[in-house]
Amino acid sequence: MANDAKAATAGAVGSAVADRAWYGHKGNLYAMIIVALVALGSVWALALDSRWIYLLVYVWFGLGYGIFLQYGRFCMASAVRDLFAVGVPRMAVGMLIAVMLFSLTAAAVQVLGVNTFHPHPMGWHILIGALIFGFGIVFTGGCASGSLYKTGEGNLGSLLVVISISFSQAIYVAQSGWLDKLVPAAWTSSAAEKMMPEELSVTEGWFDQFVAGYVWDLQGGQLAGQLGIDGMFTGPFIANALLGAIIPSLLLMLYLYHSAFKKGYLRRAKIDAPRLGDHLRGIWAMVTSSRNTAIAGLCLGLLAGGHMWATGELREKYEIFNFGELLAEMEYTDGLSMQDTVFDPGYWYITTQEAQWGAWAMDKVGIEMTDNIFFGLENGIPNPIINAPGWMSIGIIFGAAIIALSRREFKWKVPSLETAMFAIIGGALMGLGARIAMGCNIGAFFATVTNGDLSGWVFLAGMAAGGWLGVKAFNMWMEWRAGDDDLAL
Amino acid sequence: MAVKFEKVGDHDFLLDVTGYVCPHPQMYTKKAMGKLASGDVLTLLFDNPSSGESIVAMCESEGNELIEKTNEDGASKWLIRKA
Repeated sequence: MANDAKAATAGAVGSAVADRAWYGHKGNLYAMIIVALVALGSVWALALDSRWIYLLVYVWFGLGYGIFLQYGRFCMASAVRDLFAVGVPRMAVGMLIAVMLFSLTAAAVQVLGVNTFHPHPMGWHILIGALIFGFGIVFTGGCASGSLYKTGEGNLGSLLVVISISFSQAIYVAQSGWLDKLVPAAWTSSAAEKMMPEELSVTEGWFDQFVAGYVWDLQGGQLAGQLGIDGMFTGPFIANALLGAIIPSLLLMLYLYHSAFKKGYLRRAKIDAPRLGDHLRGIWAMVTSSRNTAIAGLCLGLLAGGHMWATGELREKYEIFNFGELLAEMEYTDGLSMQDTVFDPGYWYITTQEAQWGAWAMDKVGIEMTDNIFFGLENGIPNPIINAPGWMSIGIIFGAAIIALSRREFKWKVPSLETAMFAIIGGALMGLGARIAMGCNIGAFFATVTNGDLSGWVFLAGMAAGGWLGVKAFNMWMEWRAGDDDLAL
Repeated sequence: MAVKFEKVGDHDFLLDVTGYVCPHPQMYTKKAMGKLASGDVLTLLFDNPSSGESIVAMCESEGNELIEKTNEDGASKWLIRKA
């Protein structure tokens, strides 16, 4: 059935374009123009100063992420939402494939000694933040990375989500006033004990007190260290990858097969009394049922490992720990933190650079944005032109646009009032959740579980619970919209 | 722009979710299929490519037949027959 449908698709598309050369189709032409512009921009930047290679690594890996995200419709919002809303495990399976492969490439990068990963402190904040984030993604129609690739498909509602995530995070981080009243006294006193520079005013603003008075007091780590498996290969591959990522992913896939795929598969295959071999074939059918998502998962895992390796090598070459040092050497000191650092994870990350965009714009209209730990001490608010991870996000949009154009799937879409409202409110919830959990589905889940940091699985549990609640709320919204009309949905 | 669901023939229904992004198309499709009787055909219009992946999987899982699938410049028209 699916094959027939694919043939029909190919026929319909093919008939429209078969008589034209590839460059004769506008989509291909626009895609090539984007590639040419990025290439020209890269050459120009390198001609100015070869050290911009550090930023360009983010741009090109972003482009790669965007291509595969769009190719596989790879969106982690759909991993949890479609499972609960329509019983489809497709994306959840793709996500787990990507996790397993990235855990292996990350382990290889760690063996090479250039792994840039930093463990996240483990605490309740991850579960709570992820729950809020997971609730938000049901309404925005995309996770943090999904909203970027959908923007690249011409979806202006997704662009609205990105803007909402950017500004909401910046506002939460810099907020003080009535929210301070909700801060536990223990956080305030613990934050005061950290002896932070006075200009950060860490005992004012809920986010500073949350970070310095709570998160900094928590412990985090990688499984290899926690289990005491410290061999050069056994630590990264056995502890971090196998025990921390691959076995949990396989167990989750078994659960997905049992709960969401088995019944339909056995019916389609006309198997009444399944044996072990039937179930194994069923699991394989689940993995291959969306070939593109599985391929995207594999390629994203490889790219993410390659990204870490490339950034790690460049840090060794330039003898730096952070891009801020390189920017300072190049005399770009505006927007650096008080430690001369900027946000520079060295791997796939989404939300923090978006918070920096929001903060940069708010700073430009005269709002004080650097009297806090997040921007003032750690991440800075560099001009978006020299914000390396910010360029990774823009790269994702461009990469997705390239492939969407060439697959004739690019279409400008202006959101209705309803989707615009969902984008803004859902995006604000995603921003709040990401800041409380200290990351999004990429930084706090994908990049953590693949590096032996179990806090990522806590994030997934929270995101799934939030997604489940979000689907319930969305269904209520649909019922309310439908009213009493029998044919209405 | 609103979701449009209407009966267009004895056994034919139309669901138009053009302009909507995830999760609207797949969730409305699931609801619409729930209102159809066995053998009825739903014509589905949508323009959010990622929803298509989920709708294919939904059809496979529930045994509904995807009898026609055309995509042109981001706009899709699919015909689904309820099992």
